[in-house]
Amino acid sequence: MNLAKLREKIAFTILGLSTLFVILPIFAIVFYIVKNAIGVISWDFILDIPRNGMREGGIYPAIVGTIYLVLGTILFSLPLGIMAAIYLVEYANDNFFTKLVKVSIVNLSGIPSIVYGLFGMALFVIFLKFGTSILSGCLTLSIMSLPLIITATKEALDAVPFSFREISLSLGATKWQTIRYCVLPYALPGILTGTVLSLSRSAGETAPILFTVAAFYLPRLPRSIFDQVMALPYHLYVISTQIPNMPLRLSFATAFVLIVLVFLMNLVNVILRIQFRKKKQW
Amino acid sequence: MAEVIIKTFNLNVYFGKQHILKNINLEIYKNEILGIIGPANSGKTTFLKALNRLNYLFKDYYQEGEIFFAEKNIKYISDNLLRKKIGIIFALPQVLPITIYENIAYGPKMHGIKNKDTLDSIVEKALRKAYLWEEVKDRLNTLATKLSGGQQQRLCIARTLAVEPEVILYDEPCSGLDPISTQKIEEAMHELKNNYTQILVTNNTKQAARATERCAFMLMGELVEIDRTAIIFTSPKDKRTDEYVRGVFG
Amino acid sequence: MCIRKLKESVIEFFIKISGFIIILFVFLIFLFLLKDTVLLFKDFTFKEFIFGKRWLPISEPPHFGIIPLLLGSLYVTFFATIICVPVGIASALFIAEIAPKFLRNILKSFIEILASIPSVVLGFIGIVWLGPFLKDTLKLNTGMCGLTGSFLLAFMSLPTIISISEDAIISVPKSFKEAAFGLGATRWQTLWRVVLPSASSGIIAAIMLGIDRVIGETMVVMMVTGNAPLVPKSILQPLRTLTATIAGEMGEAISGSEHYFALFAVGLILFIITFIINFLSVLLLNRSKK
Repeated sequence: MNLAKLREKIAFTILGLSTLFVILPIFAIVFYIVKNAIGVISWDFILDIPRNGMREGGIYPAIVGTIYLVLGTILFSLPLGIMAAIYLVEYANDNFFTKLVKVSIVNLSGIPSIVYGLFGMALFVIFLKFGTSILSGCLTLSIMSLPLIITATKEALDAVPFSFREISLSLGATKWQTIRYCVLPYALPGILTGTVLSLSRSAGETAPILFTVAAFYLPRLPRSIFDQVMALPYHLYVISTQIPNMPLRLSFATAFVLIVLVFLMNLVNVILRIQFRKKKQW
Repeated sequence: MAEVIIKTFNLNVYFGKQHILKNINLEIYKNEILGIIGPANSGKTTFLKALNRLNYLFKDYYQEGEIFFAEKNIKYISDNLLRKKIGIIFALPQVLPITIYENIAYGPKMHGIKNKDTLDSIVEKALRKAYLWEEVKDRLNTLATKLSGGQQQRLCIARTLAVEPEVILYDEPCSGLDPISTQKIEEAMHELKNNYTQILVTNNTKQAARATERCAFMLMGELVEIDRTAIIFTSPKDKRTDEYVRGVFG
Repeated sequence: MCIRKLKESVIEFFIKISGFIIILFVFLIFLFLLKDTVLLFKDFTFKEFIFGKRWLPISEPPHFGIIPLLLGSLYVTFFATIICVPVGIASALFIAEIAPKFLRNILKSFIEILASIPSVVLGFIGIVWLGPFLKDTLKLNTGMCGLTGSFLLAFMSLPTIISISEDAIISVPKSFKEAAFGLGATRWQTLWRVVLPSASSGIIAAIMLGIDRVIGETMVVMMVTGNAPLVPKSILQPLRTLTATIAGEMGEAISGSEHYFALFAVGLILFIITFIINFLSVLLLNRSKK
């Protein structure tokens, strides 16, 4: 018996250490970036254009570009994602077509981001002649973020009690009215958090925008959706691998801004979740 | 005899392979209170929900036979119109997590009523008919989920009344309620009987004896017997009915 | 009334075709990859592509043998898996079964934070810290090698492995555990002999989905593995994965050239590999739910 207890202690210690091994590097990375970036970050850095072959100046165009991309992406992916989820939860019968839709979603979620980049280039940039543009980039990113939005929306819809639908239908509301007024409002929190999550993922993606939108160096703001933009993650890639004699502090500062942006979105998500959980009435 | 409002003809109902209702032939008269009694799992609730096609929310449901509402086969009536005409009160009080007012206004709004004054008067009228107005008139904007169980159930009745049905189905409406709440609901039913056809499914034979005019006894998906309530409870024709109302089983 | 009905049928129409659009996307992705892949095989044989040991896109004549890239991906994936699977499962066990509730929530939100760190940031960390660190500690010629990539990829795939394994572990019925306790087993014996085996198909699915992420990850490997498209002899050498090849070379490949088509062929290979892994893992997950 004592031996078993001892064994348990050792095993639990190992498990705990493993978890520590996962968690500590997160702190280390964040701390490392913050420490090296904190002296460089200033309003000038955030609001200035890159200068002297990106070795000086700021990253304003990249920040703006990333925001454009993220918002444009959600514009396409959110309506389609919500509709597909509604289809699966509320309309789909248990048939071959539905299975095919489900398999497709699973497949979309597993396709490597660089393959999305290839596809986006082939379809949007070349075949549809959108060129290397915000439009192409957003479309590519939005297809990529569909699985996440669909899954989140599906979960949110599934979590709305069956009785709500039954009440609404029993009062003579049509199916769509029921969904619109008696299901979606209660699923909204879940949909919202899924959306913010997918926004933060899109903001950090590099591979899909490599050949569809990202500009190596474009020290101005985009003029139309057919314009290229700089984007934070691509900018970080460029300055940390492609520019000789690049001052490291600028790379750190760029990484800092990127993770702050992503973490902020996650923070919004956490706050949303807590708020909605408080309000939940059923 | 009175005018028939609902009629089922050789109604057979299945969930997947399970044969739930067997050859039900039944006529329901306008403005009567019909009780449906029987032990659990005899298909009473399924029968109710067949009348306004709520059973079709379940994927493996199918039915054979015909149901007529006001002499029209319900096959040819759209779901939402049929369910507007035939309202239902569920076993457990089920209110939406919105205000009392919004709960009742929901149905009328879905049927296209937008005018605020019209909605106000519909809400008031419905609450009065369900004997709830006096209790909630000062707090129409509080959440319906804050009401007691009995109040919630009467709110459900008001909500159904607000869409102006002709028939109201009650699926064991008092199963979770205390005796006083039950009494209030029975009072409400009594008041409604001049203008509505009401069908009450209940496990509680005493309630059926008190509140209904005619009564049907269902057992294992079959309609055993239907007659005036007084006869069902004193001198039923079928031995099984007799045993059930005397409490031998069920 | 009539307009409302019309509006509803239009909305319902869009909802119903949205499912179709999803299928269409997958089909289009496959089609566009296939279309350009096929053009490669006008001048190259399938055998040269699949079994070729040289990837020399701009030599004269060019060689498009995928073996070095495939092996590069395999090496990196293999080592990343070796690192992340034990750590991931151990952490999942700790979070699901051992940590008290408050700690559990904190740990889970840290895992979420990890999942949200952009890969390019991890790549950057690889360049400025992990690479040089490994070079100094292991006395390597360069820190930009397969091992650096494997470490980072393992780290990146941990959130996937941990969260899915944790789900599987949590959904083991309580009665199983209680039965084991009833027989006098310690918590550890219960975890090891009862919980882990019952959650195994979910955990395997988690591992597969983690591997799927590793194979598909692009930026990290492009930034830290040294980008040498040679048949790797050891994980300590620079190498080049399938993903990094596309990302690194597509910018220079002339549209419509053989090189361009070859990169699409690499994309198609990636598509097929990830499709299979993903599909199998979801089958497993569905089974474990039943």
